[in-house]
Amino acid sequence: MTSPSNPNRVNASVRAGRIDRTRTLNATVDGRPVHGRPGDTLASAMLAQGDIEVAPSIQLGRPRGVLSADCTEPNALVQLLDGACPEPMLPTTEIELREGLRAETLSGVGWLSQQRDTAGYDKKFVHTDVVVVGAGPSGIAASLAAARGGARVILVDQHRELGGMLLDGRADIAGHPATEWIGRAARELAENEQVRVLTRSAALGYYDHNYLLVAESRTDHMAVPPPSTSRQRLWHVRAKQVVLATGAHERPVVFADNDRPGVMLASAVRSYLNRYAVLPGREAVVFTTSDSAYSTALDLLGAGARVPAIVDTRPEPSARLVEQVRAAGAHVVTSAAVVATTGQHRISGVRVRGLDDDGSLTGWSSEFSCDLLAVSGGWNPAVQLFAQCGGAVRWDPVVAGFVPRTTGGRSAKVVGSARGTYDLAGCLAQGFAAGAEAATLSGFRTAPPPVPQVDGDRQGSRPRPVWLVPDESRPPERCTEHFVDLQRDATVADMYRATETGMRSVQHVKRYTTISTGLDQGKGSGVNAVGVLAEILAANSPGEVGTTTFRPPYTPVPLALFAGRTRGELYDPVRTTPMHHLHVEAGAVFEDVGQWKRARYYPRGAEDMHAAVLRECAAARTGVAVQDVSTLGRIEIVGPDAPVFLDRIYTNGFAKLAVGKARYGMMCGADGMVLDDGVSMRLAEDRYLMSTTTGGAAKVLDWLEEWLQTEWPDLDVYCTSVTEQWAAVAVVGPDSRTVVGRLAPDLDVSADSFGFMRFHETSLTGGIPARISRVSFSGELAFEVNVPRWYGEALWEATMTAGSDLGITPYGTETMHVLRAEKGFVIVGQDTDGTVTPVDLGMDWAVSKQKDFIGKRSLSRPDLVREDRKQLVGLLPTDTTTLLPEGSHLVEPDVSRQPPVPMLGHVTSSYHSAALERTFALGLISRGQQRFGDVVCVPVDGRDVEVEITSPVFYDPEGVRRDGPAQG
Amino acid sequence: MTVPHKVETDTAAAEVATALRHGPLEHRAAEFERRSASGARGVRLREEPFLTQLDLRTSPGSSSAASVADALGLPLPAANRVSGDEHDAVLWLGPDESLIVAPDGRAESLLRTVRTAQQGGSGSVVDVSANRTTLRLSGPMAREVLEKLCSLDLHPRAFGPGDCAQTLLGRVVVVLWQLDHEPGYRIMVRCSFAEYLADLLLDAMAEFLDG
Repeated sequence: MTSPSNPNRVNASVRAGRIDRTRTLNATVDGRPVHGRPGDTLASAMLAQGDIEVAPSIQLGRPRGVLSADCTEPNALVQLLDGACPEPMLPTTEIELREGLRAETLSGVGWLSQQRDTAGYDKKFVHTDVVVVGAGPSGIAASLAAARGGARVILVDQHRELGGMLLDGRADIAGHPATEWIGRAARELAENEQVRVLTRSAALGYYDHNYLLVAESRTDHMAVPPPSTSRQRLWHVRAKQVVLATGAHERPVVFADNDRPGVMLASAVRSYLNRYAVLPGREAVVFTTSDSAYSTALDLLGAGARVPAIVDTRPEPSARLVEQVRAAGAHVVTSAAVVATTGQHRISGVRVRGLDDDGSLTGWSSEFSCDLLAVSGGWNPAVQLFAQCGGAVRWDPVVAGFVPRTTGGRSAKVVGSARGTYDLAGCLAQGFAAGAEAATLSGFRTAPPPVPQVDGDRQGSRPRPVWLVPDESRPPERCTEHFVDLQRDATVADMYRATETGMRSVQHVKRYTTISTGLDQGKGSGVNAVGVLAEILAANSPGEVGTTTFRPPYTPVPLALFAGRTRGELYDPVRTTPMHHLHVEAGAVFEDVGQWKRARYYPRGAEDMHAAVLRECAAARTGVAVQDVSTLGRIEIVGPDAPVFLDRIYTNGFAKLAVGKARYGMMCGADGMVLDDGVSMRLAEDRYLMSTTTGGAAKVLDWLEEWLQTEWPDLDVYCTSVTEQWAAVAVVGPDSRTVVGRLAPDLDVSADSFGFMRFHETSLTGGIPARISRVSFSGELAFEVNVPRWYGEALWEATMTAGSDLGITPYGTETMHVLRAEKGFVIVGQDTDGTVTPVDLGMDWAVSKQKDFIGKRSLSRPDLVREDRKQLVGLLPTDTTTLLPEGSHLVEPDVSRQPPVPMLGHVTSSYHSAALERTFALGLISRGQQRFGDVVCVPVDGRDVEVEITSPVFYDPEGVRRDGPAQG
Repeated sequence: MTVPHKVETDTAAAEVATALRHGPLEHRAAEFERRSASGARGVRLREEPFLTQLDLRTSPGSSSAASVADALGLPLPAANRVSGDEHDAVLWLGPDESLIVAPDGRAESLLRTVRTAQQGGSGSVVDVSANRTTLRLSGPMAREVLEKLCSLDLHPRAFGPGDCAQTLLGRVVVVLWQLDHEPGYRIMVRCSFAEYLADLLLDAMAEFLDG
């Protein structure tokens, strides 16, 4: 009847099961072989071999066995060893067996691998009219009804095939086994192109506005996954209507030694037998509080097992059921409970006592030997998703479970056992009705199909839950072997200890005892804990105690799933200019400026940054140098009110700027603090081209739009980002005029014809249209050449060619920083930090006294005219070779170093200068503009560095270099 | 006094200059070809560089909006719609913003046309042809690929030929424009993001290369 390696596998003539007996799959657990069939879980394959015992418990080291056949499993946890990365804490009940699977059992704690997870994870965003969670009878019915109405439907289920609990049972639908109905439904759904069925997919979270996250396992069941298919996929689902057919979980019973291997949920026993053709025991006592476990007893008997007793807590179970099991060969003990188990490791027998009406033990007792105890403490509707999205639950004494307080309306429709409806006809009727209503509400009017005739599993009479089976000898506060949460080894005694310290709230007791904090987040233990607490507190019902909060995710998933593809190279956009590859070829070292890659310096040979920057600076000051400035932000500002608008945005005036000219502008926030700066050109009476800092481009456009849209909608002005319409180079140095003259042969570049802060439009050699301006961020003669972006590469190459005989030197951001700092030009965001005004920077000249502008009123606030404000200064270390670390504090030389030491300010920029042949720095220091010549201290690594406060303009203070050498 | 927005160049010079242009993804054309797949589970990617693109701002319902539409010969589109075809089109970008799209080389004449039509009224038109490049994603699995990156509803009942949207693909702002039922899409992306976006799309396409 059975093979020697799989003694518990039932012959196909007794139970076919949902397995493929033509193929064998080989796995290893703790190094020992496990042989199973396609369709097996790791748990069912191990049970087929007779392996019911798993690793010992987490705290107490007690022997434990497989308890469940679903995601509530507390004991049978393993670490997967094969696959891309060892994954911890997976219940064997949820692992599909695959060839080559390797695992080790865990005592409640897994380990994190140091290995990089090379498996793929991705995401998908989908929208639907109706999403149905759970593909049991109710969910299938809901999906069929909604799909027949024409709605877009997504059906989500955790398992590999549709059917839910129907696959565990033996019901008939419309006169045939339920599996036939499931098969027809699955085909109908698969053929409807508006329906998407996601199997092996767990709905993790249900959020506002019918937004759900679903984790799909795509390749774990395959021995050899396709190379480019993600291992798991996170579906972001937005639905008009949500139907929750999430089913129910059976709960265990709390009695002495209820954790012994061989104690198994009655529904799990049934699932192993009917779905997996595995008989977990030959002699099974059934201990129940409701009708459902009678089906387990009948199936066990039908499969040839002995059932020495059905222990029912109820005084009068359904006479029909009692008669049915009696006819099949089992006898029912009523008003009774299992009070103890015996056995070395695995259970070998149970002791049964009578229960009186108030739950106390009565005088009689009885003992039964067994190798399996199928327990049913009742059913917990799986209300987790419903509650996550704000749905309230209530205790329903009739079904003895927490059920949704309301369903339908604006909230999700909850159907079937998820709302405590356990009869198949009722589940189908609710599913059809909810599916049709959901379709109708999303615009696809339809009526529910008729409910087919069903036969088989029937449940009806009221359960009698017993939250705490009294111990035969000990008071409840000493019940240290009545386990409430097996995964946490938490007992009734632990709960008493919590309440004895004064805790009453289930939330506090949960956290104190750690009950429901395990892998299953209380799916198995939560309601039992509520029930026990209700007993301890002498509450009228578990409803008075209430539940803990249900939070996503519904089941654990790897964090890598949430990262999806945004790892490594794809982590964040890398923005490059059209000349980027030329910088790479030139050996540039890059730095990140926002998302941009900008060349920082171009080392030659073995040069370090220091040497390269000194060389690049020298080229810019004595010859000619070139920088890619394509990253600067550019905004075209158009309309008759553009002059007025810019006057209000910038602290200095732009309305009177002549067409053809450019001006440096500074803008402040409403608080008067420097926001951004840049040069704007007037292209026409009604048209300006504003430039912004590289990092400020998006922020400035938002800023302009905010003022236009919310404060000044009367202004006829439009702003358009043209940052990437243009590629640009800055050509800098005394020889720059020669280079630009060669680049633009049609343009008169002489100082007389091409004045500072002027621009011209021309054609470069080769016919490239260009706009050339004379702006300088270095104090040297300099030009900025702008061309449409697709000419960027040609522009760079042409510039390098035009300057080759002059030794034209490409330079990066580091040199740009040094050159501008030598002239005392600030960089917004480096020398300012949101607390600095233009006046603090000594740029009063750029702050108009005549006109109004954003921030003007703030600039006259008492705090902003305080004399001791920090002001921009130059800093020269007495030792000309000492480089001050940026960010260093400035203190008085004679001040005590006992904290708190008064801080005068800090260093904002600090460099070596080729032109000055020394180090120098910029800084912000209190009363700085009155302190030129003073010496202050910068503590560096426990040593004081003396620095002299100077004007921030170190180089060419007269500005004679701006127009370049006189032309000969 | 007005500085001419573009320098008039003679035709020969313009042709020489045209040869100096490079699309940001030009160097990856062969890679796109190699990583595209045909057939029932196919999806293809290529760059369509140098399309003429003008950013048009008009006050909706104004007389200047009407005269711009007249001059273009295309109605200004309704929200998230495209008027015209894949050669000459106007895409809705916002209540007062549209994108005029035309074949390569039409920027100057279109600028003149629109500015003339806007004469005396409110509005602006700016050449942004070089600001974005265009990726064309097509094939039976094109929507499947986009659904990995885009949170919009792209189901045929919600988004079809002639629909467009400014949206995010991954972390990149794009203009997404569906051209046909195959489905085929144009994805217009700022040039600096083009490489990263191409990487994202090729990554999302990879599973359809497995066959």
